[in-house]
Amino acid sequence: MSDWRTRGKTSLSAAVLAAILALPILGFQLSETGTGLTVLARLHTVAWVFVAVGLGSFALTSARAIKWPSIALPAQTSDRLGWALAIFALALPFLPFADRSLIDKATLILIYVMLGWGLNVVVGWAGLLDLGYAGFYAIGAYSYALLAQAFDISFWLCLPLAGLFSALFGLALGFPVLRLRGDYLAIVTMGFGEIIRIVLLNWQSLTGGPNGISNIARPTLFGLTFTARALDGGKTFAEALGIPYSANQRIFFLYFLILALALLTNFLALRLRRLPLGRAWEALREDEIACRSLGINPTNIKLSAFAIGAMCAGFAGSFFATRQGFITPESFSFIESAVIVAIVVLGGMGSQVGIVFAAIILVGLPEWFRDLQNYRMLAFGLTLLVVMIFKPSGLVSRRSPTIVLKDPA
Amino acid sequence: MAYFIQQLLNGLTLGTIYALVAIGYTMVYGIIGMINFAHGEVYMIGAFIALIAFLGATVHFGFGLTGGLIAALVITALFTGLWGWSIERIAYRPLRGAPKLAPLISAIGMSIILQNFVQLSQGARVMTLPPLLQGGIEVMSDDSLTVNLSWLQMGIIGLTLVLMTGLTLIINRTAFGRAQRACAQDPKMAALLGIHVDRVISATFVIGAVLASVAGLMVTLYYGVIDFYIGFLAGMKAFTAAVLGGIGSLPGALLGGLSIGLIEALWSAYFSIEYKDVAVFSVLILVLLFRPTGILGRAEVEKI
Repeated sequence: MSDWRTRGKTSLSAAVLAAILALPILGFQLSETGTGLTVLARLHTVAWVFVAVGLGSFALTSARAIKWPSIALPAQTSDRLGWALAIFALALPFLPFADRSLIDKATLILIYVMLGWGLNVVVGWAGLLDLGYAGFYAIGAYSYALLAQAFDISFWLCLPLAGLFSALFGLALGFPVLRLRGDYLAIVTMGFGEIIRIVLLNWQSLTGGPNGISNIARPTLFGLTFTARALDGGKTFAEALGIPYSANQRIFFLYFLILALALLTNFLALRLRRLPLGRAWEALREDEIACRSLGINPTNIKLSAFAIGAMCAGFAGSFFATRQGFITPESFSFIESAVIVAIVVLGGMGSQVGIVFAAIILVGLPEWFRDLQNYRMLAFGLTLLVVMIFKPSGLVSRRSPTIVLKDPA
Repeated sequence: MAYFIQQLLNGLTLGTIYALVAIGYTMVYGIIGMINFAHGEVYMIGAFIALIAFLGATVHFGFGLTGGLIAALVITALFTGLWGWSIERIAYRPLRGAPKLAPLISAIGMSIILQNFVQLSQGARVMTLPPLLQGGIEVMSDDSLTVNLSWLQMGIIGLTLVLMTGLTLIINRTAFGRAQRACAQDPKMAALLGIHVDRVISATFVIGAVLASVAGLMVTLYYGVIDFYIGFLAGMKAFTAAVLGGIGSLPGALLGGLSIGLIEALWSAYFSIEYKDVAVFSVLILVLLFRPTGILGRAEVEKI
């Protein structure tokens, strides 16, 4: 092909640029010695950057030259895929290769799927970029932990309370700021997320500060515990069923619990979308001025999306707290919000099935390849960037209108 | 009283550093109407390059203190300016004309990439540099406390004022400044009149990055501690400063930066140091609620 040369030229200039950019930061390493800081040269890394960026850029420009078919799933396929995934998720613990670590990882992925579905209501449907979602996640987790410790309430009672608290926080924080324009809103929600984290970190008497809260009560199933020995007066799950106790039971129970919560979120979100409320979300995302002229109150509609998103985060948060058994403010940093946003964006901003795949890729892959752990955040950043540049509507994009005026003929 | 004046001086010094970073936000917003989320990271990279260049010049090439500082300033400005240019070229230019949230998300991606790039290449440890410039002048003395204005503080405030004056002159008096203002008003019309809009936008990013890198150098010298995470908070505060002063306005950035610096210093001194960041974020939220155009900004007219 004739454009090999131009592609080569582009790649070469990209490689040169990358090498120059990398030179000061990557080519020299700050290191602590007895007398103070000094710098050590390791210029060979710059050569690696040169080669890697050159090849990468060549591959990218070549990939761009090919016309890629878009992976837009038709509604029916997407629905079927969704059902297949749900059935697979239900059957997963009974499959022969399902061991404890796999179920543990699947539970983690499902937490993010649930968070992604919750945030999708806010970002994907209502079109409000919320960068402080981890704040509501934190409020859910801390509400559960504090309620369970202070009043000795069971998980099942705390769960709705934690969701309610998060939703109330969403309303209280959202009310003043939802009038703001999109990018301002993003920054302000990020500020809120940070404020919540800083308060959790410094309000020692209530939250335990940086040490967090430990010994959080584990969930029970109709009063049955998942421990080896029952608490006074209670029964364990294994005793009630007359089967031998195994630590796996708790892992499996947690898995089904989060699966149920996630599916509930999904169901709720999908049904809400069909209500006039959900249509108003989407209409508002597309054109706020038109909506206002049709008599829709933008603040109320946005607030409802914000509160519902926050409530889902609250549910996920209390599940997180009960699964971990301890929580610290460090689990709810801005990075966490960024991961959830990345899942929604990669999933196609509005596609429920896309979010599942995005969560598997972004959360699952680094779990399996532990060596990649260090590069995890780098991969998140690259994902956001590359997806935005090449497909601003996300990977599995299906953002067709939910309602279409049919031809009367 | 002496304590108050000392805090005032500290706040002003901090404020000029914020102001330098805030200019990057304000100029970029003025010209393409987006929040350059990765700008805080540019400042962080500037601080790292400054530290590396300074150590390299003094330890390996035997420069003196002044020579080392000048070398660090020049090298940081060059490399960070190039970083600023590349960020715009990679993350924002392909998205011109895309929906408004798209460049914001790619900016967040860019900022995560830069943070982790520095963390992976330089480690997550906090880098500490012993204080280099000591001494200063005694401003006033109370029976309990002496107010000190250090040479470093004077240098920081002085250099900021010089840079600000220079930038104002460039924007108001030169052909480039005219083109820049024209693009900020109406990029399409500016393009029709023969202005290379993309080039002007690139130059704006480079100017913002260079100023941020100077702020990075200053903060390295002033506090002596940097790590890969400093860009996040500094970026948030500088953005707050830009909004407070009126986004899009250069004197506004200075005014906003100084106000944020003073608020932070006085809040830490008289209320609680733990909640100083909360105080700044609250200022941001209050300003956006009650005066979204900031102190010196003009109201935006939405055209249908």
